[in-house]
Amino acid sequence: MNVEIQSVLSCYSSDKTRLMDMLWDVQNQQGYISDKAITQLADGLKMSSDDVRETLTFYHFFLDKPFGKHQVYLCNTVIAKMNGYHEVREALEQEIGCSFNRVDDSGLIGLGDANCIGLSDQEPAMMVDHVVFTRLTPAKVKDIIGQLKQGKSADEIANPDEVLNTKQDYVEAIVDANLRTESRVLFKPNRDYKSILQKCLDTNIPEDVIEMITESNLRGRGGAGFPTGLKWKMGREAEGAEKYVICNADEGEPGTFKDRVLLSHSPKDVLLGMIAAAYAIGSRHGIIYLRAEYWYLKEFLQQQIQDFRDDGLLGKQILGNNFEFDIRIQMGAGAYVCGDETALIESCEGKRGTPRVKPPYPIQQGYLGMPTSVNNVETLACASRIIEEGATWFSATGTDESTGTRLLSVSGDCEKPGIYEIEWGTTLNEVMTMIGAVDPKYVQISGPAGDSLSVEQDGDREFCYSDLSCNGSLMVFDHTRDILEIVRDYSEFFVEESCGICVPCRAGGVDLMHKMERIIAGRGTQQDLEEITTWSNLLKGTSRCGLGTAAPNPILATLDKFPEVYAEKLVVQKGPLLPSFDMDEAMSAHELAVKNLMEEE
Amino acid sequence: MSIKLTIDGQEVQARSGDNIIDVAAQNGVYIPSLCYVKGKPCLGTCRTCSVKVNGRVMAACTMPVSDGMEIEVNDDAEIVDMRKALVELLFSEGNHNCPSCEKSGRCELQATGYEVGMMVSRFPYRFTPRVVDHASKTIFLQRDRCIFCQRCVDMVRDKKTGKKIFSIKSRGTHASIEIDAELANKMSPEQVRAASDLCPVGCIIDKTQGYDDPIGKRKFEIKSIKERALEKEHR
Repeated sequence: MNVEIQSVLSCYSSDKTRLMDMLWDVQNQQGYISDKAITQLADGLKMSSDDVRETLTFYHFFLDKPFGKHQVYLCNTVIAKMNGYHEVREALEQEIGCSFNRVDDSGLIGLGDANCIGLSDQEPAMMVDHVVFTRLTPAKVKDIIGQLKQGKSADEIANPDEVLNTKQDYVEAIVDANLRTESRVLFKPNRDYKSILQKCLDTNIPEDVIEMITESNLRGRGGAGFPTGLKWKMGREAEGAEKYVICNADEGEPGTFKDRVLLSHSPKDVLLGMIAAAYAIGSRHGIIYLRAEYWYLKEFLQQQIQDFRDDGLLGKQILGNNFEFDIRIQMGAGAYVCGDETALIESCEGKRGTPRVKPPYPIQQGYLGMPTSVNNVETLACASRIIEEGATWFSATGTDESTGTRLLSVSGDCEKPGIYEIEWGTTLNEVMTMIGAVDPKYVQISGPAGDSLSVEQDGDREFCYSDLSCNGSLMVFDHTRDILEIVRDYSEFFVEESCGICVPCRAGGVDLMHKMERIIAGRGTQQDLEEITTWSNLLKGTSRCGLGTAAPNPILATLDKFPEVYAEKLVVQKGPLLPSFDMDEAMSAHELAVKNLMEEE
Repeated sequence: MSIKLTIDGQEVQARSGDNIIDVAAQNGVYIPSLCYVKGKPCLGTCRTCSVKVNGRVMAACTMPVSDGMEIEVNDDAEIVDMRKALVELLFSEGNHNCPSCEKSGRCELQATGYEVGMMVSRFPYRFTPRVVDHASKTIFLQRDRCIFCQRCVDMVRDKKTGKKIFSIKSRGTHASIEIDAELANKMSPEQVRAASDLCPVGCIIDKTQGYDDPIGKRKFEIKSIKERALEKEHR
């Protein structure tokens, strides 16, 4: 057997639940994962080759054939398209010398698309290998590609001062934090983590920590808003030989980037939150599931974990207590659906990210079948502040039912895109003023899976769990933007990211996208709108996970808020043919056949 | 533990922990399904068993019954139509030419189509090109008909090594069912037949045997899928 593959296998003790790591190691060494490597991995793991491929082919960034020495992925979101994406796209094709989804003739650079890479505040942006480049212009593209062609690595180009990749300065050199507000709950500087944890462990048994979190009324910041204290209580009570704490850093919802900034500015807040969770539920193992798009944070985070180990906050006998806990980082590989906690767990187990059937819930049977508390990055950071300052301090901010603050990732038509820490209870209008929104008309909150707001109609509504229960993504669009095109883009996103395991999401999503295309093309009728609504309800009702149930949201919500933009496009059927029937297109195959016949003769 | 719940307004008794499909069948109510196999872990992929539970749409195969549950199967026009729409989606997504299919008459998708009263798909037919895989000596993989139920992926294993014989490649609209020809060639004729019977459509086709029953004498022509589902429970 190939020595490299053998060493990858032994590095993970031939444990097939670590297949994601093995695939990354092989790809990082060899540039892609060859058929031969697949067979050898499969043999070593006692799996069929197709079973290895099942995982490999599910993820956007795993390559089963060569795709250049360097891989360039340009982010193609709605926000990127508002900021010069098309010019940058053209420049990339020209400078690299190939079109998208191709490799240039010399085999140096492969060029591809990516969905949101967590940089909506500085688009257009692209990933090159494991680093990112932001605020791209054609000139910048020319410079970067030129340097790659001269033989420089992406890292050398992004980090010319050669700052160590374990330092915060490295992360800062690559991306701007764009932190726009003063610290209220999160981002507190200069925290003494050791004494915070020491005090917490000295004065609280695990049940006290759960009680404290419950009293603070902290709710999950990932979007679902599940009470964190209750989750930990259930985790404590659940029976299992092992228990796990997973930090969901998959932040894939388009428009969100708050976790990127938390992980780069207050990573130890998140680690401390994980330790508190572990202490509360009785776990010895933690996992940070980090999306591949944030690879440039990996070594930095690894260093933060090591700092905690060195200071005795992680490892055996934590701060002299009979409490053991350690954390590993699990890299994702490009799949939006892995933000779903059960898909994320499948991915951590080395499988394709198919969301599981629920019940059972992860807190009962999660990672490796054991009770698992999956918490959002921001939730854990909040928890670290609660164990420091107490429940009463935390719940003094916000409203009675939505305590604390909410991080907003703001992008789109505003003067100051970036991260805002707002108190729950703040209104949409207040946020629009804060961010310097320019002539805002439409606001998409919580990403495409969330809600569409009209600034005119919804301006006085409050961000809180009973009203605008936002997961942190906030995209602003002014009066000049084409709402239908934005919605079509979102529906395409859901089609691309569907895992494909359940019928309504896999098949119905495509039909919804086609309906949007038909309406935009001016071939839609009132009947199409009615079908959009009933088909949307089918997806919402019957899909297996949140991706499918949320996929119709942008269509339904904009139909409700901006019915006029749809009405404007509708046509009335004249004569026997449906407006959606394109005679020219229908006849094109015939014409082509005739042409081919003529040529043959 | 015995509990009470209602199905279409009818009060019934059930064992706590059983799923809704089984409980309904025990009480003479048929709920269509294309992925669920009794006694096997529930797959929850086809969603055609969707019912309303206390007003919310749920997949009946994934949901254990609990005391006081109000289940609507046939009483609610919306949910009846949703199940029909899901079956129609499968017909428009793949390429299903029943008259020429070896599985016709013993195909669960076809039989379910009849059961939900489908005449034509309301969704546009896509005519997606899908490639047949005939690399295995004993099995044709007719991908035109695959509905991604995952039965074969989850329930068919190499007898000796426990390795997966069938798997899914890629995701979403690009997904395709794959067969490991080397492992498939080691399957016994009985295992091939069982895999072919397990497939709810005509995707896994036994190369060595076919068209053995004439029209009119085939499985679901003798007894409908509904009768069969209910009969098993009344046994």
